[in-house]
Amino acid sequence: MQVALFITCYNDTLFPETGKAVVRVLERLGHTVVFPAGQTCCGQMHYNTGYQAEAMPLLERFVAQFKGSEAVVVPSSSCVAMMRDHYPKMAAHIGNADLTREVEALLPNVYEFSEFLTKRLGLEDVGAFYPHRVTYHASCHGLRNLGLGDGPLKLLKAVRGIDLVELQGLEECCGFGGTFAVKNAEVSSAMLADKTRAVLNTRAEACTACDNSCLMHIQGSLHRQRTGVHTVHLAEILASEAGGAA
Amino acid sequence: MSGVALDPKTAPTFPMAAKVLVGDTQMRKNVRHATDIIQAKRARVVGEMPDWQELRETGRRVREHTMKFLDVYLEEFERKCTAAGGVVHWAKDADEARQIVIGLVKASGSHEVIKIKSMTTEEIQLNKALEGAGITPYETDLAELIIQLGGDQPSHIVVPALHKNRQQIREIFKREMNLPNLGDTPQDLADAARLFLRKKFLTVKTGVSGANFLIAETGGVCVVESEGNGRMCLTLPETLITIAGIDKVVPRLADLEVLLQLLPRSATGERMNPYNSIWNGVDPRGVDGPKAFHIVLMDNARTKVLEDSEGRQTLNCIRCGACQNACPVYRQTGGHAYGSVYAGPIGAILTPQLQEMHYAQTLPYASSLCGACYEVCPVKINIPEVLVHLRNRVVEQKGFFDPEAAAMKTVGMIFRSERRFRAAQRFGRMAETPLVDKDGWIGWLPGLLGGWTQVRDLREMPKETFRDWWEKRGGAS
Repeated sequence: MQVALFITCYNDTLFPETGKAVVRVLERLGHTVVFPAGQTCCGQMHYNTGYQAEAMPLLERFVAQFKGSEAVVVPSSSCVAMMRDHYPKMAAHIGNADLTREVEALLPNVYEFSEFLTKRLGLEDVGAFYPHRVTYHASCHGLRNLGLGDGPLKLLKAVRGIDLVELQGLEECCGFGGTFAVKNAEVSSAMLADKTRAVLNTRAEACTACDNSCLMHIQGSLHRQRTGVHTVHLAEILASEAGGAA
Repeated sequence: MSGVALDPKTAPTFPMAAKVLVGDTQMRKNVRHATDIIQAKRARVVGEMPDWQELRETGRRVREHTMKFLDVYLEEFERKCTAAGGVVHWAKDADEARQIVIGLVKASGSHEVIKIKSMTTEEIQLNKALEGAGITPYETDLAELIIQLGGDQPSHIVVPALHKNRQQIREIFKREMNLPNLGDTPQDLADAARLFLRKKFLTVKTGVSGANFLIAETGGVCVVESEGNGRMCLTLPETLITIAGIDKVVPRLADLEVLLQLLPRSATGERMNPYNSIWNGVDPRGVDGPKAFHIVLMDNARTKVLEDSEGRQTLNCIRCGACQNACPVYRQTGGHAYGSVYAGPIGAILTPQLQEMHYAQTLPYASSLCGACYEVCPVKINIPEVLVHLRNRVVEQKGFFDPEAAAMKTVGMIFRSERRFRAAQRFGRMAETPLVDKDGWIGWLPGLLGGWTQVRDLREMPKETFRDWWEKRGGAS
């Protein structure tokens, strides 16, 4: 199948390794990967902060880049949630019938990365090898908006060599919330403190998730505290192979 | 916070209040402990309902339907309630509601009233107004009594003293009830409150209550509670004055079958409330209950909320407080940070709509949009959706020169072109260089971004973006 990648603005800029890992996994599974070059951002930050007018052209841009795709894969649960929950409403708001139709046609083919593997391809074992102690954080948008359920955990359980440990308070928000982390820095920090304490209690070497925004937040605190624990996107774990460069 | 009314007009902004409150370790411990217990109980009793999701959906439909035909059902309620011997008063705002209640209390010939917990009377700061008119209100809900004696403010819709632990409550009772030898078991505290309140129940001739539901079909009023103190207030006084927001109406008695399953399970994790009272006007034989019954139906901006197609669902709320217990922000800050009697996620959407947005413009941002509130709401109010809607209204009020708005517009402009986006990526790497330490981490950021580096480091931007790598690789394989 030909899979179009939407790598998202912050993965492109801050976490290119995640995008590369997605490419490695999909190509290993025999799919052709394309990257529409004009893509930028889904508009989530603007939309969620109240700048809805600024998000509208980004919706149009996304649709122009990806319309007609057989499958669009996005390594970010919150960006997919933004599209599913808000794009139809936004298109209706603009009042452009063509755009509304295109959004409706496109959205069923847009998948969060782990969701694409488990739901569209029906896979759990993607042939990964990752001999480390890992704990999984269920990002809020993946958990509640996308209903990923235990899909990501099934993928992780099938990884060879992995020592997967359960995170206490799995369903609790890490406190990132986009601009929430700076607008309400004190509360965000308090939430983060609970989350990192839970991560450290697992004695895992790494914390993984389907969303680099949560991981950037958790990583920031783990590094500030000099814990030696790091974060890694799920795609990077799934891309690792025995004898590979991971 | 003691003694200071929770009034959005004078309260500090949410981030300012929260900054102080997250430093109160005892309060945070109390709130976490209490919400953990309630959440576990809720999960247990919700888990035994195989049709919980269908029930939620029915609850949502009942509330949505009611709001659509609110005028019809309110008029029906007035007719039926009047026919049963009640007197219906309409109040357009808080001031009018206060004046009506004060007038009714004075007409009843009493200088004291016993009250049963009512968030609506808290909303309009009725106690302060009563005191100003020479009338002494006595709260009879145990938690509200603790709040009143402690000169405190409620921090939760259902469990108003949730931020206090047993030892703190004992200190308040010892001091205010003059009981130096009071023990600290729940039994000791309950006994002290019982003795204190019994005198009031038997001597005060006027009662003031809130309402959980107004039943249009029968003209009946419903109050649910756990202690039975409410029932004392509803039945013992000669005059009963009930005050309710116009959003409390339900069409039929049978609708309570749904709502009285959803409410207690969501609120306190009980299958049913220990006390469910429904009364219709007055007893025509004059044997039972109050001789006079008045109900004040208060608008106080609710019709204005109804006009907003996206914000309207806020009025579907049945005040269970489940969203508060589930909210990670509420759990860190407690209720007082919200500067309003309506705290937590529901407060963050209700308060800015009931007040001028100007007074509560940080509340729609008091959420990480994690969605836990929506997940537990028994009538499926999409709180995150309303939060974002209200954020849009806050932004619309911002001036042209607001630094955040300027930054957002600039970033928006950058994202509208791949060329500009790539230039911004290059510029970002250059601009951050002086801030990056030798290990590739940033520990301090300036301006608006400084909130991030208070407790978190940031990894420097990689030298190569994904798209650069993709191009170098030669595109598709």
